[in-house]
Amino acid sequence: MENYVYKDIVIVGGGPAGLAAAISAKNNGVDDIVILERDKYAGGVLRQCIHDGFGLQMFGERLTGPEYAARYEDKANELGIEIKLNTFVLDISEDKVVRAISPEDGVVYYKAKAVVLAMGCREKPRPGIMLPGQRPAGVYTAGLVQRLINIDGFVPGKEAVILGSGDIGLIMARRLTLEGVKVKGVYELMSFSSGLKRNIVQCLDDFGIPLYLDHTVTDIHGKDRVTGVTVAKVDENKKPIPGTEQIIDCDMLVLSVGLIPENELSKSAGVQLNNVTGGLFVDDTMSTNRDGIFACGNVVHVHDLVDFVTIESNNAGKCAAEYVKGQIFEGDTMNVIPTNGVRYVVPNKIHKQHDRKTVELMFRVGRVYKNAKIVVSDSNGVMRSFNRNVLTPGEMEKIKLAQADIAAAVGDITVSIEE
Amino acid sequence: MKREDVIITCIACPNGCDIKITFGDDGNIASMEGYKCKNGVTYATAEVTAPERILTSSVAVVGGAFRLASVKTQKPIPKALLIDAVKEIAKVKVKAPISVGDVLLEDLAGTGVQVVSTCNVQAEK
Repeated sequence: MENYVYKDIVIVGGGPAGLAAAISAKNNGVDDIVILERDKYAGGVLRQCIHDGFGLQMFGERLTGPEYAARYEDKANELGIEIKLNTFVLDISEDKVVRAISPEDGVVYYKAKAVVLAMGCREKPRPGIMLPGQRPAGVYTAGLVQRLINIDGFVPGKEAVILGSGDIGLIMARRLTLEGVKVKGVYELMSFSSGLKRNIVQCLDDFGIPLYLDHTVTDIHGKDRVTGVTVAKVDENKKPIPGTEQIIDCDMLVLSVGLIPENELSKSAGVQLNNVTGGLFVDDTMSTNRDGIFACGNVVHVHDLVDFVTIESNNAGKCAAEYVKGQIFEGDTMNVIPTNGVRYVVPNKIHKQHDRKTVELMFRVGRVYKNAKIVVSDSNGVMRSFNRNVLTPGEMEKIKLAQADIAAAVGDITVSIEE
Repeated sequence: MKREDVIITCIACPNGCDIKITFGDDGNIASMEGYKCKNGVTYATAEVTAPERILTSSVAVVGGAFRLASVKTQKPIPKALLIDAVKEIAKVKVKAPISVGDVLLEDLAGTGVQVVSTCNVQAEK
């Protein structure tokens, strides 16, 4: 049998989630921790997010991505947490053997008491939206363009069309413009942008870049290299309207069409996925359905702000440490079920008895609501409701329930939207 | 000349209020409507008087573990200067090692604002 490297906690992924979970686990009394990171640096996507706006919740400052990452990487180094770079995890077994490979160490089998999944998310690529047309060079995801420009120092085109108005697409519209690329427009299939308002103002309006809602790309032109794209207006069923097609000359098409939690490894460990989001089902200790396998950050659900990833990961690291030390949560649990208008909820399961004051529920809605109510009910009826002026799919919602309410709830609880 | 009315989309929260501003003959703000809180007033006033932005970009690194160091302006600079400023930043070349907070340019585009590193770049091994 293989020679195992025994570890108390193996953390898969050295981005903001993995770093925070490791620091939290260490601060909660577990020393024997390793972070496995496939890239040549820790910090994950933050390293290429050179714009500012990170850390307002955690530090009360507007940090850039690299600065936010450096704070946690420095802290991890200070605490002597081992970070294995250039290390790719191949699979994770149900009994928590993590098989990893790196140029330095070859194949290594880590046997962990607890595993924390912190692999983050990936961009939806071109096949993910079944975009027709030729297959020339010049079709990129927004995050790839961001990496090419901000890490590798290479601007991959001169004239761009951006499809999708998610935050990375908006951020890249500004970044490309500042790098001298002509951004001809951002085209969005939906009737609203899923990006944050501040990004629409500061990334598009500031530079006069037009945003076309209810539009999509219907064709890509060019043999070796993109020479242009056809865009068209769509009807209420999101079908292109004949006669509205227009050819836009460009040498790159940038896709910002959504993020999907990266859960290939979770599947190998038999962890239950949420089919609505591609994320994971977790309880209030950030434990998955597999004993001793925890998860945090964008692998669970895609967050708007890294600050919330950090908060969630602090909890996961703490609970993983408690698990290693034998403090295992038991007792009654209840399910948290998303209904009418709510796409998903994290956590999906809550322990009824727990030493805490509140429990936070995070979720997203399926469409835009105005002057709506978030309603939490148990089998006896409405427990709590929360008024909101605006609810949009682009902004993650958070509500807090008092522990007293949790303890008194009967049966499972549901979260729904009422207009 | 009297300034034309403008509509500013507030970015302080998800409400995204569209705030309509009209100007008096003296060029000062005469009226403001459409905001829901005082953050909107503060934001919209700055946007029509002296809009400023933090600029982030990157500079070339010589002899480092990475080819680029990410940078930001230490303070917000006038929005109108963004393009000139980024061109000036593009000419900067620095030698590794570099740490977060290192000043890489003293006076950006005549604004008197420093450009500082936002990342650590070790010297190449």
